[in-house]
Amino acid sequence: MADLTANLAGIISPNPFWLASAPPTNSGYQVMKAFDAGWGGAVWKTLGVPVINVSSRYGAVNYRDSRIMGFNNIELITDRPLTDNLKEIEEVKKYFPDHSVIASLMVQTKEEWHQIIKDVENAGADGIELNFGCPHGMCERGMGSAVGQEPAVLQTITEWAKEAATVPVIVKLTPNITDITEPARAAAAGGADAISLINTIQSIVNVDLDTFAPNPQVDGKSTHGGYCGPAVKPIALNMVKSCAQDENVGIPISGIGGIESWRDATEHMLLGASNVQVCTAAMHYGFGIVREMISGLEQYMDDKGFNKLDDLIGKSVPKVESWEHLNLNYKVIAEIDEKKCIGCQLCYIACEDGAHQAISLSKIEGVRVPQIIDENCVGCNLCSLVCPVEDCITMVESKNNKGHESWSDYMDSGKAPENFDDDRAGGKNHWVPKPSDALKDKKESR
Amino acid sequence: MPTTPKEFTENFEQLKPLMDANMAYYESSRCLFCYDAPCIKACPTSIDIPLFIKQINTENLTGAAKTIYSSNFFGHTCGKVCPTEVLCEGACVYNEQGVKPIEIGRLQSHATTAAIKNSKQLFKKSESNNHKVAVVGAGPSGLSCACELSLLGYEVDIFETNSKPGGLALNGTAPYKITNDEVIEEIDYLQDQFGFNVVYNKRIDTSREFKNLEEKYDAIFLGIGLGKTNIPSTEGTDLENCIGATEFIEDFKMNPLQVKVGKKVVVIGGGNTAMDAASECARIGADVTLIYRRSKEEMGAYEFEYDLIKSVGAKAIFNANLKEIRGGFLVEELLCIRTQSKNGKLEELENSEFSVPCDFLILATGQEKQTDILEIPLLEYDSKGRIKIDSKTMQCSNGKYFAGGDAVNGGAEVVNACAEGKQAAQGIDSFLKNKEI
Ligand SMILES: Cc1cc2nc3c(=O)[nH]c(=O)nc-3n(C[C@H](O)[C@H](O)[C@H](O)COP(=O)(O)OP(=O)(O)OC[C@H]3O[C@@H](n4cnc5c(N)ncnc54)[C@H](O)[C@@H]3O)c2cc1C
Ligand SMILES: Cc1cc2nc3c(=O)[nH]c(=O)nc-3n(C[C@H](O)[C@H](O)[C@H](O)COP(=O)(O)O)c2cc1C
Ligand code: SF4
Ligand code: SF4
Ligand code: SF4
Repeated sequence: MADLTANLAGIISPNPFWLASAPPTNSGYQVMKAFDAGWGGAVWKTLGVPVINVSSRYGAVNYRDSRIMGFNNIELITDRPLTDNLKEIEEVKKYFPDHSVIASLMVQTKEEWHQIIKDVENAGADGIELNFGCPHGMCERGMGSAVGQEPAVLQTITEWAKEAATVPVIVKLTPNITDITEPARAAAAGGADAISLINTIQSIVNVDLDTFAPNPQVDGKSTHGGYCGPAVKPIALNMVKSCAQDENVGIPISGIGGIESWRDATEHMLLGASNVQVCTAAMHYGFGIVREMISGLEQYMDDKGFNKLDDLIGKSVPKVESWEHLNLNYKVIAEIDEKKCIGCQLCYIACEDGAHQAISLSKIEGVRVPQIIDENCVGCNLCSLVCPVEDCITMVESKNNKGHESWSDYMDSGKAPENFDDDRAGGKNHWVPKPSDALKDKKESR
Repeated sequence: MPTTPKEFTENFEQLKPLMDANMAYYESSRCLFCYDAPCIKACPTSIDIPLFIKQINTENLTGAAKTIYSSNFFGHTCGKVCPTEVLCEGACVYNEQGVKPIEIGRLQSHATTAAIKNSKQLFKKSESNNHKVAVVGAGPSGLSCACELSLLGYEVDIFETNSKPGGLALNGTAPYKITNDEVIEEIDYLQDQFGFNVVYNKRIDTSREFKNLEEKYDAIFLGIGLGKTNIPSTEGTDLENCIGATEFIEDFKMNPLQVKVGKKVVVIGGGNTAMDAASECARIGADVTLIYRRSKEEMGAYEFEYDLIKSVGAKAIFNANLKEIRGGFLVEELLCIRTQSKNGKLEELENSEFSVPCDFLILATGQEKQTDILEIPLLEYDSKGRIKIDSKTMQCSNGKYFAGGDAVNGGAEVVNACAEGKQAAQGIDSFLKNKEI
């Protein structure tokens, strides 16, 4: 059986599944219950000067019958006094010495940082996470994402924290920024032992069409919130990958954002995360979901012959290149499995209206299986993505002997188009119907 | 009447056919992953249903199979033969919304099929603890007990009267619920994994044989099920075309293409076995009439089982008693009489006799308890002939013995036998461990 022991910058936990700093880690009661359910670590709800929260705090995006595809909140950091939290951290560590308890912190002055770091270390915290990510409420007070968006300030505060800390320091990054590697580099330069990302993304999830106020509403008004949940995973994965690839970052990563199953977690780790943190899924389903995550990861590792997490962490990093290095001579063509096709013709209309008119309908009465017009298919994947039947449309490689040539090779060898009507344009010889063909049927029936 | 395997398969199309990957994906997506899920509570083996469904949904089929088998060694069989309407699926929260409940049984069999087909080794046995246990009966309860004991490090020998394992899961369950091959494949899969030993064609029922076992083994599990059909004393029940329902069904299941029934079959009884017999006869082309002495509402059979016999064209006569079997060498006609319930008592109505033509009579009048033939000292039975046990450890009044399944519960479902066999294995384990201390 694969060994799930995780190591983030020297913080060892029985498995890589941590709860992110958020309501599920609000109290010792919850964290103990979570450890008992199987979570390997928990980042405590951010500590600092306690806040006062509003009532009505969360909003959600549902997709058809699926609840909470995306989740948004206008909560702040902890609203509980520091002493209570410290006592509870101490108690949790007594019961669970091998599980990781990380204190998430957000204060203002250097003295405050030094003091609170001492306090949480005395309580037994295994690591410290600097919350430079909260995108609402705290940033207006010069904290949270206000710091995360200013690499210089971020670096200074990281240095302050490192002056005081004897346990590893993790810097939690905000995604509300153009280039995630900038704050990540600043964290590394400031001496951070690891980074964690992403915090929530500024958002408005929906607007009540009767009251005209967005959700969640507080006495008829709203404010922008922080977005998270399954919907943000793609954004998080890209940012994790960017940090993992950047030589000037070079420190371990704790992956956060949209993790709901073992698959999501594994994706984060393949793209370079040493462990993962989960918030929304635990808020949706409770702590029990960790069993599915552990079982799935173990099974995957056994199936792939991975003995330890290091065998998979970062395995996908070299598989992500910049666009200019992708092979322009590689070609795939859609293929429909007639036996699986249920005749919805979604592929047809998607390609016809939304792509390259490379799918035709059968002329035979009663036959609903569409056909791919190989010459027109550019291999975009669209039809295979809309098809509701698993593995019905596959993208099959169309072999040629052209070898590997990328955009940068094209540039070097003069094959790249340079002017507006260049004969070397990629779509130059691609067939498109006449504009008037669009109305052909209408004319005939008139 | 079906005469080829193909015709047979068509007439006995599976009620819960296996899902393909697409169906399983869509269906598993619907599960809400309820907290303290009512479906788990309604499953006698307490399978963690939302967990295995989520595992199916995230393409961790092996993990799903492991979740299922760690609670229930007959995960595949149960997925197909459990009366899910009154168990897990009946408890699914979707019912409260008027939405179709999750097809838990079919999802369950979907996950187990993958494990069985790929011979997935899901469990690691504990090191041998040098204890030996004998199991009498290779039905669901005995086999479940053997699997759990093997897992815990025991050496297990099973003794079985028949030449095949499975008990009534093989010989009883209707062919439109599960095929014989499926039952045997699951048992083979279990045996490969757990390595218990089965001695076939070996009935254990004399005191000498039990004494023998007592000497050679540290504990003995009785998973002997029930006995033959309890035939009423009416004259004529010994005629050639009159048969007990369990015997008919076993015959039919073992030789589906050879067994002949008449054109006008009458099934007497109102339990699930009566429904199965009626349904099976109707599917091989007979005109079937079910006769039950009480009202439709008082039948022991599940409503969906009765719906099933109606759907294949069987008729039913309620509130009628069998008075007389008429005929010469063979049953030709039945004389029945109307009944009514008065204060819970059944009385016959005067001058209400009527006759029913019949050339094949099936008596589904319950199974005997076969406990009295077991010559085991100090073994106690309750007033209904069920072996008395401690409900926590499944230990019998004679402490060397443990029991479970139909012989203890009086006749329930495969899933109950599985739960009790496993529970008994744990009882045996703690009994033998305590003895050591
Ligand atoms: C017609 C019919 C249909 C059914 N349909 C369903 C269904 O659809 N779904 C469902 O869940 N349940 C169904 N059941 C019930 C289910 O089959 C039983 O509850 C279950 O098989 C009981 O398991 P068991 O191990 O206790 O006993 P059995 O399955 O009866 O197994 C007992 C085994 O012990 C052997 N044995 C008995 N005495 C001895 C001895 N002295 N020495 C050696 N071996 C011995 C027998 O040969 C047999 O193999 C049905 C039952 C019947 C009769
Ligand atoms: C209600 C709520 C409160 C949160 N509070 C904090 C916080 O106090 N400190 C912090 O660092 N992140 C906080 N977060 C962000 C989460 O820790 C996490 O980074 C984010 O939700 C993305 O992960 P997810 O997609 O698994 O939810 C909060 C998120 C939510 C939904
Ligand atoms: S989830 Fe709990 S705290 Fe929140 S609104 Fe509902 S009852 Fe109140
Ligand atoms: S989308 Fe898929 S199922 Fe629908 S018509 Fe196209 S190939 Fe067939
Ligand atoms: S009750 Fe239904 S929806 Fe809820 S966990 Fe069980 S199967 Fe899923």
